[in-house]
Amino acid sequence: MFKYIVKRILIALPVLLGITMIDYGIMCLAGNPLEMIAGPRVSMEALENKAILLGLDKPFYIQYLVWLGQLLQGNLGTSMKSYLEVSDMIGSHIGPTLLLMGTSLIVGLAIAVPAGIFSAIHQYKKRDYAVVTLSFVGMSIPGFFLALMLIYLFTVRLGWLPSGGMTTLGTDGGFLDVVLHMIMPVTVLAVSIAGSNIRYVRSAMLEILQSDYLRTAKAKGIGRRRVIFKHALRNALIPIITVIGMQIPTLFGGSIIVEKIFSWPGLGLMTMNAILGRDYPVIMGVCLLSAVVVLAANLITDILYALVDPTISYH
Amino acid sequence: MLKLKPVNIPSSPADTYNRQILRRFLKHRLAVVSLIFLGLIVLLAILAPVIAPYDPNRITGGFSQAPSYEHWLGTDQSGRDVLSRLLYGTRISLLVGFMATLISTVIGVILGLLSGYFGGWLDMVIMRITDMVMSFPYILLVLVAAAIFEPGLVNIILILGFVDWPGVARLVRGNVLALRETNFVKSAEVAGMPKGYILFSEILPNTVAPILVYATSVFALSILDEAALSYLGMGVTLPTASLGNMLNGAESITILTSKPWLWIPAGSLIILLALSINFIGDALRDAADPTSTK
Repeated sequence: MFKYIVKRILIALPVLLGITMIDYGIMCLAGNPLEMIAGPRVSMEALENKAILLGLDKPFYIQYLVWLGQLLQGNLGTSMKSYLEVSDMIGSHIGPTLLLMGTSLIVGLAIAVPAGIFSAIHQYKKRDYAVVTLSFVGMSIPGFFLALMLIYLFTVRLGWLPSGGMTTLGTDGGFLDVVLHMIMPVTVLAVSIAGSNIRYVRSAMLEILQSDYLRTAKAKGIGRRRVIFKHALRNALIPIITVIGMQIPTLFGGSIIVEKIFSWPGLGLMTMNAILGRDYPVIMGVCLLSAVVVLAANLITDILYALVDPTISYH
Repeated sequence: MLKLKPVNIPSSPADTYNRQILRRFLKHRLAVVSLIFLGLIVLLAILAPVIAPYDPNRITGGFSQAPSYEHWLGTDQSGRDVLSRLLYGTRISLLVGFMATLISTVIGVILGLLSGYFGGWLDMVIMRITDMVMSFPYILLVLVAAAIFEPGLVNIILILGFVDWPGVARLVRGNVLALRETNFVKSAEVAGMPKGYILFSEILPNTVAPILVYATSVFALSILDEAALSYLGMGVTLPTASLGNMLNGAESITILTSKPWLWIPAGSLIILLALSINFIGDALRDAADPTSTK
């Protein structure tokens, strides 16, 4: 067990290094940072001085190592637009995003898990087809379009929900106000999570329903309900752990577009504005952060999986 | 007159396998309907130059006119015919989806085959690169790439294609690992067949079905991603119409409430395309699954 965890971490390390390289490569592809900082009306001499000052005259692998060194000290650079520290910007925007992503994940799974289990129990019946078809609909609606339809329905037609932001302007918000602002963005993200996961939960449950130990449980005659909830459900929860890990990248990506549309003041909106404004230090910082989070999430789910499932082999 | 009894001509095993798949596929009514729908849309998209009533990029009427006899789906904010733009936009969206899927599938299949068959350090390297690319949220990577390279039709195809291969690579690798242990591959190895032959003539044909199934979901996703990117102004650029960029101005309240012809047709077409492709993919998965008992 211990060996497995150590091995899993050792595999993750080169991946982490590779992630920083890709991230740095993105910056290099974006073009010469000097021109972006200085603008076109600066003499060549001034540019050269600035290059030496910033260490840009050195070969790129040295620059990469310098950047990596800064990174290890927690320095992600400064924004080219607002001149704020990227780490500070991320710090001040991450709260609303975590709130949005966490709520969406919970709501999405609260739909997907019962629906998937319901579908599996009633395999090949009308109810099963109805759930699976609905999950396909959830998968096939583009998030931005669902957002538009929700805004049309709940803001424009019914006037029930605010169309953007996190709190009503001019007020200090309050719990209920934030909840009202969250309903639509959470719905959009939760629909996509539920849509893509119902079938996953369903097939995980089906596999367990066909296993030998479940047949034994049925043969004991303890009743359908107890077979499903006591024996099947507990074992089905194991593959569902991995589902949570798989959602992190989807959530990150989804929140960029959703936050943009609903002007949710989080990391996604900040990222989208940085992308539109070509603010590369900010883009790099967010890319790196999200990749590291995804990597860590995968690592944790793998280890959790191994801890929970006694049948997994550790080599 | 002599009546000839119909003789059962023994068909090749591949033929019956394909027929079996077809028979099981046809049982999925939604998928069959989806296939007909998709075929119809593809036909309309291909025939767009013939059937579109107007040039999609020419101003042929007033701004944002409601549907009328001259303009069946009205005109857009610049006075262009919405129906014509819808036909040409579908063409572009399907093209982007198809080409991006083709590119990512080819990359994924090649890397997956190499990784699974040769194993060792090559497998290690390819799989770690796959891990790296998969660690970045897909949409974020696509958006960043779209910001660095100029938006446009070719670039959006390349970006979507080059970002979305890791899933296919992992799938193919897993299948190759399983197939490598089968007797027919082992016997080919013992017989001294060249590695290239074993890879492409023994292993690849046996993993085509899952690749195809996976490719359908990539196709649907690519169409959705193109739509999202073009909606944000970072995908297919105007004046070329795509289903996504036709929705560009749709977030404005006046368009949402009083000009539904500017967003309902394009929006519903995106959903219906993605939905029908997903239904087809699901039926294919079920039909190609050898353990399926239906």
